[in-house]
Amino acid sequence: MAAAPSATAVSTAALVAPIQAPTSAFLRRTQLTRHRLHSLKCRRAGPIVPAAAAAAAGSSSPSSAVFHGECFVVGDNIDTDQIIPAEHLTLVPSKPDEYRKLGSFAFAGLPSAAYPTPFVAPGEESSRYAVIVGGANFGCGSSREHAPVALGAAGARAVVAEGYARIFFRNSVATGEVYPLELTEAGACKECKTGDVVTVDLGNSVFINHTSGKEYKLKPIGDAGPVIEAGGIFAYARKTGMIASKAAA
Amino acid sequence: MASSISTAAKASAAFAHKKELAAPAPAQHRAGSSRRTKPCRVRAVASPARAPRAPSSTGSVKSAMTMTEKILARASERAALEPGENVWVDVDVLMTHDVCGPGTIGIFKKEFGEDAKVWDREKVVIIPDHYIFTSDERANRNVDIIRDFCVEQNIKYFYDIKDLSNFKANPDYKGVCHVALAQEGHCRPGEVLLGTDSHTCNAGAFGQFATGIGNTDAGFVLGTGKALLKVPPTIRFVLDGEMPPYLLAKDLILQIIGEISVSGATYKSMEFVGSTVESLTMEERMTLCNMVIEAGGKNGVVPADETTFKYLEGKTSIDYEPVYSDAQARFFSDYRFDVSKLEPVVAKPHSPDNRALARECKDVKIDRVYIGSCTGGKTEDFLAAAKVFLASGKKVKVPTFLVPATQKVWMDVYSLPVPGSGGKTCSQIFEEAGCDTPASPSCGACLGGPRDTYARMNEPMVCVSTTNRNFPGRMGHKEGQIYLASPYTAAASALTGYVTDPRDFLM
Repeated sequence: MAAAPSATAVSTAALVAPIQAPTSAFLRRTQLTRHRLHSLKCRRAGPIVPAAAAAAAGSSSPSSAVFHGECFVVGDNIDTDQIIPAEHLTLVPSKPDEYRKLGSFAFAGLPSAAYPTPFVAPGEESSRYAVIVGGANFGCGSSREHAPVALGAAGARAVVAEGYARIFFRNSVATGEVYPLELTEAGACKECKTGDVVTVDLGNSVFINHTSGKEYKLKPIGDAGPVIEAGGIFAYARKTGMIASKAAA
Repeated sequence: MASSISTAAKASAAFAHKKELAAPAPAQHRAGSSRRTKPCRVRAVASPARAPRAPSSTGSVKSAMTMTEKILARASERAALEPGENVWVDVDVLMTHDVCGPGTIGIFKKEFGEDAKVWDREKVVIIPDHYIFTSDERANRNVDIIRDFCVEQNIKYFYDIKDLSNFKANPDYKGVCHVALAQEGHCRPGEVLLGTDSHTCNAGAFGQFATGIGNTDAGFVLGTGKALLKVPPTIRFVLDGEMPPYLLAKDLILQIIGEISVSGATYKSMEFVGSTVESLTMEERMTLCNMVIEAGGKNGVVPADETTFKYLEGKTSIDYEPVYSDAQARFFSDYRFDVSKLEPVVAKPHSPDNRALARECKDVKIDRVYIGSCTGGKTEDFLAAAKVFLASGKKVKVPTFLVPATQKVWMDVYSLPVPGSGGKTCSQIFEEAGCDTPASPSCGACLGGPRDTYARMNEPMVCVSTTNRNFPGRMGHKEGQIYLASPYTAAASALTGYVTDPRDFLM
């Protein structure tokens, strides 16, 4: 029962910024303005980010991304310590070289007995698996944003799970690193195997396992979709005019 | 008389300062003034007693809200709101630490500009606590990064540490962020506190909305002072009955998590009420709220009362206004516990909801005991452990690691007399019992950390711990087995070398 941190209720008055970086004086003035909330119209997104192994499916409607690739399957209650162990949290995600290193440690915390195939092969910096299939309560535990960042840095495009812990879901959308997609029914993670060739079709809200021949329905990603497509909340806010674009590239 | 919140909200279009939204002056709690104000007077503001009226004839029933809803309504300047709504709230305090601070700062500078200033230098509290006493260069660098930022931004509350060889040489250093927030008076009823750490929900013990967020959300708050939050429905937990002398708040929350599972409160608020809750100290209430996240909860709340006000005396000079759930507020579900019937419990590997009675695990041989963290490393947690060691008079059978959460806790361990001991301090009792010397205050091995972290589990072993999580690898080694327990249970287990019900020593 994931809840998309919908961006429909937006206070544009608060977020319209001057061309230069907001000074504290500006921010104080903004806070003095009465805010009115109104719906945010989803703008049509541009060309879709291609998945690891397939050509982009160009489309003009938002959230019609299609990802193909091999999937990596995990079980229920995969907590963020398993996604990125604490010893790697000294890596700062906003530094490009450390961002890449985080990717190399994605899922390093999974016990080897239960998960003999590593998500990132030894010696590699990124993963061959474009899609992660999970069970209930994916991403529970610590709020570390390093978790969706590590998955995205490793090359994963989407997680397809039965449900999400709220901070992980929120971080995935805010960073735009991976789509946190929700299955309508339980059981997929038991029927899929690591290495199966899959397709995630956001436009049709369906997850297809070509190796097993099974299809699963996804809950529509809703308002969170365009945010992820744009590259996270800040990029989305700029793209839709909620905040001004940065003056100098 | 409609709620004062809605009356004020209909005021002019000019920005209404949050304090103006509160009731007229008498209801405000001013720091330093008389705290003898009876809570019932404040409750009258929130839910006035009146003759029953048919729901359809008045809007007051429709706007009946829970505590969490009221806090978010006030913070978003809304007369009323419902679970499921997304609202922009003003943030009262934003906390970050050494692990997530650098990333948050990086995002802030990237998005708002290298020369951007934080929205309010007095509302950002930066507390290094996670990877402090280590030779890991990146960890040390991360403390430098947050220091540079605090200097540049003139951040008012930065609890710095420079001399890693002697924590006492750092007068500003506190330790574990959630305990420091409480001890330094940053937690106040009715406010919104966000932190880049999942256990930020700890502060809900003060009757405020407190929850964990990621770096990107925090970077946004740093620049704007606002956050977009989805209003959670509230699950109410009514805990009644006299607290048995062998139970602690940790047992209560482990009981609850075992009941509803690690996703039982996902996207929900957990409200703790009842006579037992009212009898708990602030530290015990913090333990309760601390582990709300382990049930997937968005936030936890305990209504503020005399215990809260007394704790806050002298700690904060900022006015605050508690809120309380309306009598007719709708809750998602109710759970009722007769605490007098509960027994000490543990969470077995590898999930905080893998509940079992401590006495049923008495054949589990253990290798070590860890007493520390925001969950179980506060002053009262150490007093509780000392009580068990005192009752036994014997020595521990396994290495027993003690990590006080903050400098203040460390000092209490070395100075407070333990009741019934003839004036001995916790530290003396721990020494006599053969425990390790209390270590430098920090998060320590609760989450493993860099390899050289004190008490980190670097080989597979079985540990009874007063910490908050026991997922695989949590304390270091992926094959380590962690039994989460109360300080009573942890101390009892140290004495026998097996998971042990504390009644074996306390009764």
